[in-house]
Amino acid sequence: MQWMSRLPRRAWLLIGYAAAAAALFSAPLYLNDFRLNLLAKCLAFAIVALGLDLLWGYTGILSLGHGVFFGLGAYAMAMHLKLAAGGSRIPDFMGWMGLTKLPWFWEPFKSFAFAAAMGLILPSALALLLGFFTFRNRIRGVYFTILTQALVIITVTLFVGQQAYTGGTNGLTGYTKLFGYSLTSGTAKTLAYLATAAALLAAFAVCRYLVNSRFGKVLRAIRDGENRTRFLGYDPAYYQMAVFAVSAGLAGLAGMLFVLHVGIISPTMMAIVPSIELVLLVAIGGRGTLIGAVIGAILLTQAKSQLSASYPDFWLFLLGALFIIVTVFMPGGIVGLIRQARQAILRRRSENEITLDSIVPKSNGVV
Amino acid sequence: MKSPSILSCQKVTVSFDGFKAVQEMSLELASGELRFLIGPNGAGKTTMLDAICGKVKPAGGVVEFRGLKGTVDVTRRKEHEIAQLGIGRKFQTPSIFSGLTVEENLEIAMAQNRGVWATLRAAMTKADRERVDAELELIGLEDKKRLRAGLLSHGEKQWLEIGMMLLQEPEILLLDEPVAGMTDKETDKTGELLREIVRKRTVVVVEHDMEFVRNFASKVTVMHEGKLLKEGSMDEVQRDDRVAEVYLGRKRRDYDAVGSTA
Repeated sequence: MQWMSRLPRRAWLLIGYAAAAAALFSAPLYLNDFRLNLLAKCLAFAIVALGLDLLWGYTGILSLGHGVFFGLGAYAMAMHLKLAAGGSRIPDFMGWMGLTKLPWFWEPFKSFAFAAAMGLILPSALALLLGFFTFRNRIRGVYFTILTQALVIITVTLFVGQQAYTGGTNGLTGYTKLFGYSLTSGTAKTLAYLATAAALLAAFAVCRYLVNSRFGKVLRAIRDGENRTRFLGYDPAYYQMAVFAVSAGLAGLAGMLFVLHVGIISPTMMAIVPSIELVLLVAIGGRGTLIGAVIGAILLTQAKSQLSASYPDFWLFLLGALFIIVTVFMPGGIVGLIRQARQAILRRRSENEITLDSIVPKSNGVV
Repeated sequence: MKSPSILSCQKVTVSFDGFKAVQEMSLELASGELRFLIGPNGAGKTTMLDAICGKVKPAGGVVEFRGLKGTVDVTRRKEHEIAQLGIGRKFQTPSIFSGLTVEENLEIAMAQNRGVWATLRAAMTKADRERVDAELELIGLEDKKRLRAGLLSHGEKQWLEIGMMLLQEPEILLLDEPVAGMTDKETDKTGELLREIVRKRTVVVVEHDMEFVRNFASKVTVMHEGKLLKEGSMDEVQRDDRVAEVYLGRKRRDYDAVGSTA
């Protein structure tokens, strides 16, 4: 182990990141189409998990409504794909519902740039609005969480009810083209995967910057003592609104990418159960660490794909059991377990030094 | 106004569901003075501090703060605005941010622009570094600057919080029982810190420990049942019959004019 301590922690971190990035970008070389598609989905979920971790792990705000933000991003992208598939005709489901003309708000989604911008802006704006009315009125904790659940129910009901404009329960599907190229070809899938990997790395970099900045320290301060930050002169409401909007924006980004890989979005995918699953990704990976969110998202999505294919009923039970096990026995998630193990090893290795260390500073402190 | 005061509380009344914790309490603070606020349990001392720093909104009265940014009635402001105006508050239980390191606690407490955009772009400048390091030396926690603040001992947490208050650079500092639960040695060190603090700003200290108060030759305000009972030097206060009565429970005399009902 001597050689390991010669390099500073920072260098090890960089090497780790570089290796992870290399593994992600070279995945198309060693994974078949099915595996690559699954990994792409995992990475998209990792982006939502990062955003949720900023909100929950770092600021202490639990949102059980991120399915909505994810869904809004997904619908924005799906609307563009649907229009691209139909050419000059209006989308099929509108015809069935008796519409003859494309609704005005669908019109601008013919532009990819507009759709992509909306995929980020709509979720963030909705989060800002909700945050404005809740955080400024000091609604927090479980009350806020319940409100996010209400948001899910309202949104799902709205999307199901407005079938002529949203495709109702069936959602939006049947896409064929993006930028004029077929979506089903191997190259298109590889490119979509690479775009997702790049988006994840970018999201990770942004989150890392945020949590290491003074802004991030204030977020953690709000988590530890919201009122105390007020008496330091910070207005927690604006910090909470900002982080909620960023988190929702990341969920929107993930939703857009998800649609590319899965080819469908429907109201079920933004309902309550998927919203809770998103939180579980963070809980299992380890909240309060960015890498934990990513690990949790990748592992759980893989597991879900394996298990729900062979035992669809069993998956829900497992999910519930996992939730209980994680909250009771491993509050720090997988990353927390790794940390504990490492500390235990370190402690055993240098027992003598530690006991000395813990006595000396105490007597020093009082002088 | 008789003298130029920095804080003037006039007839402040705070009521909780009809119970008047503070009744028509008036308090004048001269710039740069150290004032002790004493009184038996439930006298409304802490509530008075709460009213000044915005934690509770008084039902009546005015709290006028004549700081560098002009004269403001702080009863109409939110907590973070009052803090930005220059009134700092230290609570009785140490309330540091346990998930942040000692250093990080000081970093965010430092006087600075506290908007979201500002903190997003804020970098630790050399001047910032020196401010934090100087503070760490003053409170004696240099060795523990990278330690999570939640792991500090009770006394250390109190000092860290005092350090945070100093970096916040308030014009008025409100301290609630800074030596409660401390060992004698820790109390002495806190006393030294307090002398350091008082040199540059106006301080109000709520305190139960009479020995501690006696160490400082300064003005004392005694509260009882939400009202002002006596104001003066420690000696004057100790000679006062009414003060002795509320503190020692001495038998009430006939000529007692306090008008208290308890």
